[in-house]
Amino acid sequence: MDSAAPRSTSALLLLLLLLLLLRAERTRGAELTFELPDSAKQCFHEDVEQGVKFSLDYQVITGGHYDVDCYVEDPLGNTIYRETKKQYDSFTHRAEVKGVYQFCFSNEFSTFSHKTIYFDFQVGDEPPILPDMGNRVTALTQMESACVTIHEALKTVIDSQTHYRLREAQDRARAEDLNNRVSYWSIASTDEQTPAFCKLAQSVAGAPSASVMGSRRN
Amino acid sequence: MRTLRSAVLRGQEDRRRAVVTAHARSAPGRTASPGSEAPARACAPGEGREMAGVGARGRLVMGWPVLLLLALCAAGARGLYFHIGETEKRCFIEEIPDETMVIGNYRTQMWDKQKEVFLPSTPGLGMHVEVKDPEGKVVLSRQYGSEGRFTFTSHTPGEHQICLHSNSTRMALFAGGRLRVHLDIQVGEHANNYPEIAAKDKLTELQLRARQLLDQVEQIQKEQDYQRYREERFRLTSESTNQRVLWWSIAQTVILILTGIWQMRHLKSFFEAKKLV
Repeated sequence: MDSAAPRSTSALLLLLLLLLLLRAERTRGAELTFELPDSAKQCFHEDVEQGVKFSLDYQVITGGHYDVDCYVEDPLGNTIYRETKKQYDSFTHRAEVKGVYQFCFSNEFSTFSHKTIYFDFQVGDEPPILPDMGNRVTALTQMESACVTIHEALKTVIDSQTHYRLREAQDRARAEDLNNRVSYWSIASTDEQTPAFCKLAQSVAGAPSASVMGSRRN
Repeated sequence: MRTLRSAVLRGQEDRRRAVVTAHARSAPGRTASPGSEAPARACAPGEGREMAGVGARGRLVMGWPVLLLLALCAAGARGLYFHIGETEKRCFIEEIPDETMVIGNYRTQMWDKQKEVFLPSTPGLGMHVEVKDPEGKVVLSRQYGSEGRFTFTSHTPGEHQICLHSNSTRMALFAGGRLRVHLDIQVGEHANNYPEIAAKDKLTELQLRARQLLDQVEQIQKEQDYQRYREERFRLTSESTNQRVLWWSIAQTVILILTGIWQMRHLKSFFEAKKLV
């Protein structure tokens, strides 16, 4: 039993290793929404292998004129993408150099508006859901290829849902902003105009002057 | 071919179960080998190191797989990272429908001033994770170690805010105030670990694919419901603005007319008093 135990435990550990590798094989990428304060810059970094294609989509959801500066640098420090005051954009690149790529969002041109920025950074292709699906030698059956087609179509649906959700968030933020501004301004102007008119009329002690005629027409 | 493969998978599973029960039966007195206890916990934070300790103490033969596991644990599967300063708070917003699970994994590394490099892993660092729901109520507020995993399920649809900040006092002394945080947030269907589900429920490939499609469709349905809720909110906001503008213009007109009438009467009596009219 003593000789069998290390062998079976070793097999177990190898199985654990396999399970760990399965965990490590998930789609690399991040989809985050964060707030960028005024005159600030935030950078994110990711390790990319050589020859792997990565894509960056970003969109400004709320704040100011809904624009942001963005640049992407490769591990050698070259700027491979730079845009200023963009509302949304999509950038794809095949990594020529292995290393840490960084992408930064800058709101340094703005003095008082905070921006909320959404970005989606995807590295490589989606790995298969079970690792041994990746090295099959036979063709897919009709059932399996139908499943793959459905999966790809659903991914497109989810992507467009995200797109609509972001657009709708932007419009809703603007609408709520407008609502608040209308209510503040209406209260403020009524509070300011009514006493002004009354005071003007009361302060007339002489002949009707042009200013009184002007305020009545207001 | 496929049935053979699925049979092999099932066979491996059964062998694993047999090994575990055999160990439990045959060695009640000995400390359990690292492999048999809770294999799913293999990469829980900090436990990789404990496992290595047990392995090194017990079986030198097992050294290399355990070390390899440890290396994989330490390497981590999290890609994206960013830098934060000491006590700086970094918040992320997740706009999600209700009853959606969100899993976040993070790993922190401290900057070593002498070596000018980020240390691979630093025990003793703490990160405070705070999650707020759309109404501002705190859903989760917990302190985790230098490596952590937090999970929450949304009960109201909307913008949830996930805030991370470090409250470690050691940083000022050793780190020069810089901390590298690897973060990975998975929402809804992406939070499912399919190989784990396949192993647990013993599903064939096709069944697993069907499960994945079901999860995706469920997520789409939830997102559609959330879309309906958002559209209603948007419509209410627009109608409210419309009402306010309408009422304000009516009120403004009424006030102007009243003020005008009052001014005319006041001036008329003034003019009559002055014998100008």
